[in-house]
Amino acid sequence: MIDRDSPVTEEELHAFVDGELPTDRTEAVNAWLGQHADQAALVAAWRTQADSIRARYGAATDEPVPQRLQIDQVLKRDRASGRSWAALASAAAVVAFLIGGSAGWIARGAVAVVPTDFDTFTAEALGAYKLYVVEVRHPVEVPGNERPHMTQWLSKRLGTELRIPDLQSLGLKLVGGRLLPGPTGAAAFYMYEGPSGERFTIYCAKADAPGSALRFKDGDGSAAFYWVDDKVAYVVSGPADRGKLEDVTKTVYEQVDKTGAKKS
Amino acid sequence: MATFQKNVEATIPALRRYARALTRDSDIADDLVQDTLVRALRSEHLFHGGEVRSWLYTILTNLNRNRLRSLSRRPPMSSIEDNDAPDMAGPEAGGRDIERALATLVEDQRNALLLVVLEGLSYREVAEVQGVPIGTVMSRLARARVQIKTYLDGERPALRRVK
Repeated sequence: MIDRDSPVTEEELHAFVDGELPTDRTEAVNAWLGQHADQAALVAAWRTQADSIRARYGAATDEPVPQRLQIDQVLKRDRASGRSWAALASAAAVVAFLIGGSAGWIARGAVAVVPTDFDTFTAEALGAYKLYVVEVRHPVEVPGNERPHMTQWLSKRLGTELRIPDLQSLGLKLVGGRLLPGPTGAAAFYMYEGPSGERFTIYCAKADAPGSALRFKDGDGSAAFYWVDDKVAYVVSGPADRGKLEDVTKTVYEQVDKTGAKKS
Repeated sequence: MATFQKNVEATIPALRRYARALTRDSDIADDLVQDTLVRALRSEHLFHGGEVRSWLYTILTNLNRNRLRSLSRRPPMSSIEDNDAPDMAGPEAGGRDIERALATLVEDQRNALLLVVLEGLSYREVAEVQGVPIGTVMSRLARARVQIKTYLDGERPALRRVK
């Protein structure tokens, strides 16, 4: 038998309003409210608030979903934007590199081609960038102060010897890294953070091609540089500020450049 | 269509509702939903089971936070009060009251309240979306309700005078 006079906490009152209390306790709280007019008035006020919110916005779900939000449309447009850019980029990588985002517009409607490694890797990398860069509590799996362990772990999982670049010269501290599924198996993902909280990420995974030119991809509010070196694809992603991203990319490129190191 | 996509599709109307309450502008809201869908569909491989719905709410909540941050870096165009003032005494006044009250909340409190009250998420699901313990969700809810009540109690007489 539940003690009807047992003290009811404010937390329980909220849980009561939101239907989060177990049935027996709900009954007890209900009875208790019958004898406590002030708290009953409070509960009534919270319920009115909830009703007003639902009355104000609830009807949105009755409206037909506009075409641009229908899933096949979203998928089609997303694929098309990546493809047309690739058609241009592969035809004239240097021109694309110089003109950047504006060129993507001209190429819209270009003949569809099979997605290239450039497409796949930059889409994955920018997806990961956007997903984790907003993450405050768990942006990485392994913190930046465990660099040797992380290098060893990720190298082993990718099956290739990785170097985690040091970007301190640009004022960027290594936040840490994580393992992600990639187009060719495992992918390594490192995150760096600047003094004002701006974040850059490096995404790398094994690629089939032995090497490639440096290419630029413009996302919404973010951008990426992509290249392949010694069968490893790298994508450096960051905020849309092209100049800073170029600086970061150059530094990363110099530090991971295996082909160049072998030649010299 | 794969199960994942079907689950995403089934959530679209609710996402539009949540986005509209967050942004108070149906065009901005649909942009936000569109970005959420693109991101979700692209990162399907990052989804490791669990509730697709909670995951979509998480993405949308984070995207909206980014949007608010980028807005706060720009000078404000005009205040909410200026925009809403002429209609205050109309039949919509009740709806606008709650809209304005919600606008006075701290972002995390507003998100928590809308997810529980409008979207019907459990405390546990909201904790997942916000990446905080359930206790934090409950205190956000409590503070949101106090703030709204204070706002509405203070505003009602002023509105009558306008009439």
